[in-house]
Amino acid sequence: MSTVILLTLTGLGLAALYFLIASGLSLVFGLAGVLNFAHGLFLSAGAYATWWAAPHVGLPLAVVLGIVAAAATGALVELVLIRPLYARHTEQVLVTVGLSLAGVALLQSVWGADARVFLRPAWASQVTGILGANVPDDRFLLIGAAVLVLVALLAFLRWTRYGLIIRAGVENRAMVRALGIDVRNAFTLVFAIGGALAGLAGILGGMYFTSISPGQGASLLIFAFIVVVIGGLGSITGSAVAAAGVGLLQQFVNYYGTAGAGDVSVVVLLAAVLLLRPAGVAGKAVTA
Amino acid sequence: MNPILRVAGLSVRLGGSHILQGVTFDVAPAGVTALLGRNGAGKTTTLRAILGEVPARGTVEYDGRAVLGRATHRLVRDGLAYVPEDRCVFAGLTVAENLRLAERVPDPDYALVHELFPELKARAAQRAGTLSGGQQQMVAIARVLLNPNRLLLVDEPTKGLAPAVVSAVATVLGRVAARVPVLLVEQNLAVVRKLADDAVVIEAGRVAWRGPADELLGDNETTRSLLGVGRH
Repeated sequence: MSTVILLTLTGLGLAALYFLIASGLSLVFGLAGVLNFAHGLFLSAGAYATWWAAPHVGLPLAVVLGIVAAAATGALVELVLIRPLYARHTEQVLVTVGLSLAGVALLQSVWGADARVFLRPAWASQVTGILGANVPDDRFLLIGAAVLVLVALLAFLRWTRYGLIIRAGVENRAMVRALGIDVRNAFTLVFAIGGALAGLAGILGGMYFTSISPGQGASLLIFAFIVVVIGGLGSITGSAVAAAGVGLLQQFVNYYGTAGAGDVSVVVLLAAVLLLRPAGVAGKAVTA
Repeated sequence: MNPILRVAGLSVRLGGSHILQGVTFDVAPAGVTALLGRNGAGKTTTLRAILGEVPARGTVEYDGRAVLGRATHRLVRDGLAYVPEDRCVFAGLTVAENLRLAERVPDPDYALVHELFPELKARAAQRAGTLSGGQQQMVAIARVLLNPNRLLLVDEPTKGLAPAVVSAVATVLGRVAARVPVLLVEQNLAVVRKLADDAVVIEAGRVAWRGPADELLGDNETTRSLLGVGRH
């Protein structure tokens, strides 16, 4: 029983990371139609900015700076590189893949290819006993952050003007424009939000893995893309459900199966969803 | 009176096809100008080119200013409103959210919308995707009526609707046209007969006829040859 509890909470912790990355990816694709392979760069920007700033300003403020840096990176990438390419999908893919590779190379050239030890709050290193299982507290940090982000995102989409524009834009961008709305501002906003969430995922990932490395964003991004597809493009709740499914499946299969079987099982789950429900868990592109 | 919209030599190529080949016509500053033609003649493309939704060449003057190439949202903010073919309501949003999204002014005219479409008030919390075709058309028209407009582009508003609903939509458009000029794409000639003052017929991407609507519809031979319909 204690093993099941530990695996469940660890799986949900991993799912929290996947959700934070996938929700931004999903919004960006759903609204702007951009398959953003550079999303991992936003994650690294948040993680490295926090790692760099923490010794100078303390961890809490460094976390805020990291999220702001990641959001700014997202907005800047949209304004400078993506905006001129909205009608050119092949070039979009080339630019975002190139940016992703260049980002990793830049981080390696500045801070080296080796992993860097990442600070985390002292309490996150402790454990809490639940029905005989000693659960590391960082799992609760990850799960709590993801739940807060999920609630905040849904509230933003449901109750704000920009949320309304994003939900409508995911359905029909041209019609949003035909109502007199400059949908490009919403594009920049979703890139900034996606960047902030990826940055938060980078920071929490640093705390979870206790280190950061230049390639961390790219490796997490693979599973985030799978979550986006399983959850349904453009759907936040779909991403949350899919992230939980992927995280739990991966943990349980890795523990009870052979090494690496968890990753394979996720790919099998993806194939099954594509065969049985091609539009994903949400079934259609909705954002709330 | 100067026309509210002047289209001259409008040309559109899409996917290797020359859809519009120098379309030229004016829209009067009052009443309804009907844009007619057979399926695939280029009527919807003409509206989309005016709105800047497809790349086009030629001249489009709106209220005396050349606007071809301007961003769609800027034209709409300048009072050029659009009711698209097939309604294009946001299916996942409620009726109230569809309307709220369309608000462009601090005091949107909900009094007019609720007077013309009282049903929408009762269905405010219903998802637009679950409405009937007629109700969705009400939402599509209501979205543009919330704001002050100087010209409405309305694309096949009665398409696929039941006869009773067609009549209701035509009545509403008639009332709207008393306030704002309308460029109306419409296949239903009874509706055109009821509403239109002027008519422009497009055939294979070119203007084949333009003039008073009653003159066109009163000429059975011309109507039949240009539109493929008419009284026998």
